[in-house]
Amino acid sequence: MAENTKSNEFHKQQSKEEMKKQLITFALMIIFTILAFLIVGTEMMSKMVAIPLLLVLALIQVGFQFYYFMHLKDKGHGMAAVMIYGGVWAAFLTVMALTLVIWW
Amino acid sequence: MADHSLTPENMPQHPEKATLEGKNKFLGLWFFLGGETVLFASLFGTYLALKNSTAGGPSSQELFGLELVFLMTMLLLTSSLTSVYAMYHMKNNNFKKMMLWLGITGLLGVGFLGCEIYEFYHYIHSFEFTFRSSAFGSAFYTLVGFHGGHVLFGLCWLSALMIRNAKRGLNLYNAPKFNTFSLYWHFIDVVWVFIFTVVYLMGKVG
Amino acid sequence: MSTAIAQKRSFAAVLWDYLTTVDHKKIGKLYLYGGGFFFLLGGIEAMIIRIQLIKPENDFISAGLYNEMITMHGTTMIFFAAMPLLLGLMNAVMPLQIGARDVAFPFVNALGFWLFLFGGIMLNVSWLTGAPDAGWTGYAPLSTLSPGHGVDYYVLGLQISGAGTLMGGINFLVTIVNMRAPGMTFMRMPLFSWTTFVASVLILFAFPALTVGLFLMMFDRMFGSAFFDVALGGNSIIWQHLFWIFGHPEVYILILPAFGIFSEIFATFSKKRLFGYTAMVFATILIAFLGFMVWAHHMFTVGMGPVANSIFAVATMAIAVPTGIKIFNWLLTLWGGNITINSAMLWSLAFIPSFTIGGMTGVMVATSVADYQYHDTYFVIAHFHYVIVGGTVFGILAALHYWWPLMFNRILNEKLGKLAFWTFFIGFHLTFFIQHFLGLMGMPRRYWVFLKNQELDLGNLISSIGAFFMAFGVIVFVINAIYSGIKGKPAPHDPWDARTLEWAVATPVPHYNFKQLPLVRGLDPLWIEKTEGNGKLTPAEPIGDIHMPNGSILPFIMSVGFFIAGLGFIYHMDNNLAYILLFGGMALALVCMLIRSLKDDHGYHIHKEELEREAD
Repeated sequence: MAENTKSNEFHKQQSKEEMKKQLITFALMIIFTILAFLIVGTEMMSKMVAIPLLLVLALIQVGFQFYYFMHLKDKGHGMAAVMIYGGVWAAFLTVMALTLVIWW
Repeated sequence: MADHSLTPENMPQHPEKATLEGKNKFLGLWFFLGGETVLFASLFGTYLALKNSTAGGPSSQELFGLELVFLMTMLLLTSSLTSVYAMYHMKNNNFKKMMLWLGITGLLGVGFLGCEIYEFYHYIHSFEFTFRSSAFGSAFYTLVGFHGGHVLFGLCWLSALMIRNAKRGLNLYNAPKFNTFSLYWHFIDVVWVFIFTVVYLMGKVG
Repeated sequence: MSTAIAQKRSFAAVLWDYLTTVDHKKIGKLYLYGGGFFFLLGGIEAMIIRIQLIKPENDFISAGLYNEMITMHGTTMIFFAAMPLLLGLMNAVMPLQIGARDVAFPFVNALGFWLFLFGGIMLNVSWLTGAPDAGWTGYAPLSTLSPGHGVDYYVLGLQISGAGTLMGGINFLVTIVNMRAPGMTFMRMPLFSWTTFVASVLILFAFPALTVGLFLMMFDRMFGSAFFDVALGGNSIIWQHLFWIFGHPEVYILILPAFGIFSEIFATFSKKRLFGYTAMVFATILIAFLGFMVWAHHMFTVGMGPVANSIFAVATMAIAVPTGIKIFNWLLTLWGGNITINSAMLWSLAFIPSFTIGGMTGVMVATSVADYQYHDTYFVIAHFHYVIVGGTVFGILAALHYWWPLMFNRILNEKLGKLAFWTFFIGFHLTFFIQHFLGLMGMPRRYWVFLKNQELDLGNLISSIGAFFMAFGVIVFVINAIYSGIKGKPAPHDPWDARTLEWAVATPVPHYNFKQLPLVRGLDPLWIEKTEGNGKLTPAEPIGDIHMPNGSILPFIMSVGFFIAGLGFIYHMDNNLAYILLFGGMALALVCMLIRSLKDDHGYHIHKEELEREAD
């Protein structure tokens, strides 16, 4: 039992550090969100620059969600990642088709 | 046995994945999210194809205000963090704190949904912008409404989980259920990130 | 449980057992019964089409009824015959092949079946009030403007059954990833399990697009939205894209499992290891990957522009490469093998030339420039019947002969099997080969009548005669199935001297599948044990308690709830009373979900002592 408790202590320490990382992630996500709203709210740049930038900010945020909040970076998530990337690929094709290969 | 609550002594590092049922639930939900990605992509694609088809009605630039959307974004983003906290306490076998954080998550979700209902109400009454007024209207309400429906479903799911397990404590039977809920909830936030970027911010830019 | 006891149970007990079952083997059988029923229904519709076209300017059925007939034939055959028959085979065989005791989510598995069945019933209820008549593709605005409720039934029937299929797909994926027996690595999995896995991936990514498409169609028809209404800025091409983003992977969902079936049968009856196993696996994955990027080849004549057309044409032709790899591997499996020819093998051998013809015409229609000539003619009809009948239907029939002993503990009669094969095979080529030429001569698809003296008379007559041959073959098969059930003797253990794990389980298959999970030592584990061991698989665990899921009636009631709600959706525009159905049905389904989530279901254990008592 004693040994078990010790390993529990170790796990607790581990998840505490994990939690710290997640707090940083959250702070970054808030900053990115505010940045995105500022870009649009202040109209500081042209449409051609703003739209790609907004998309990049969104992609980074989503990456944080998946990899830190949803633990996709952890061990044992290989198959989950395969299916998410599969879905993302199908999603990309779908969105491209419906925006580009369509009558206007 | 599954009915026995977990104690610090028998607590595995990942209670949500300690049983085969738990592992199956975990993977099944991830795969489901893969499918959901395509579901929302189809809705986004439809929206992007129809976003300028206003049929003489208000356009996205005239319609959208940033303040409310910012508030909604903050509510949902924070609820994502609170559900991370809940899972943190689950792994430390602190049932009460887990329930507390899950409760906060739920409240933030309710706040988000309230804002969304107000937003739709506002569009319908101040702009006469409805589901039937144009293809843009149909696409907008369908995309955002599907997301709202997912939030609503998540809230029902969360309440059922919390009420059912309020007096039981954490065990290997319900830990996977809490964990799958939290994954689902994060995914709702992922979709919202794209909605506020693609629908509202890009709609405002034009 | 021996069959003697099973036969003594009353009819009501058996019915209740099947209504509440969560056992993958029974659900597999249910899928086969359901899919078989709809296959016969779709076949009758096909016969009516061919009778109408037997001579020029025929008036066997009216033009409107003809439209309903072609729509229902296509929809029924794809969604309610071919898919469920394959899902039934996957359910019955795949868990045994990978050495699992059940699927990952037995409850969801049952729910998937009942949703499929009630979706199919939903679609066919429409015959009472006027069936859908916009073609199985349901193109807008033809479908959005179609009067009556036919298309509404189409939308809701497909929505309900589509949800069931999606659940089935996720279930198979998790089962294969998490529940393989010790030693059963991915690269030791039999090809049928591999193709089940890959087809499930396709289901997972393709069906959501259909779900959305159907929702948009439903909103347009029932709630006044404007997705496909050009007057309010809508765009009808969105439907075509969404339908085919789903629809093309669907073709591979239908054909890949058939490829898996043939791989099993060729290896077994050639007494050889499957030639190029690794290449076969990667060809399967490659077909699935490419299959996602070719949907727009159904839309070459829409006017997407030369760039888009070229990209999709090249991607489509690329699929011929992995498919060719497979054809050559099957031929090389046969090469030098110790070949047994029986009914299962006949269907498989007939598949190779038939499917290759379909593949070649596939490359022809993939040539986007030439496609302007072929599009919407009988050439296309001939092409896709060659791949779907020559591939999927032959595959299903081969699989039924091959796995019948496993599923029903009987061996199908060889004489009747061969009679069914030869009549169906000859009838199939009579019906569809000539249609290539009818198409090239300019006969468009979906036309109610054709005029005489346009040199289409003879071709259509031959085609219709062929259809009667096919019908005869199907009837012989049904007689064979019933005959073997009544008169046949219990099948011996491992009747084909097969190679894979499903033949290692006891006969008849106990409901827990494996008393002890087997240890898998390589590809074709049973064959390895036959040649290097004592013919039996080494257990990977001592005899212990086996955990089993509880049966439940909830999946059935839940599906009934969605069915009632669907009727409510369809009729809420005509009559306010339908809201009772809508909300009542939804409430019924939701209450079932709530019961499911609130009531703990820990399953039960079969105890070690019990298992030891059953020792063989």
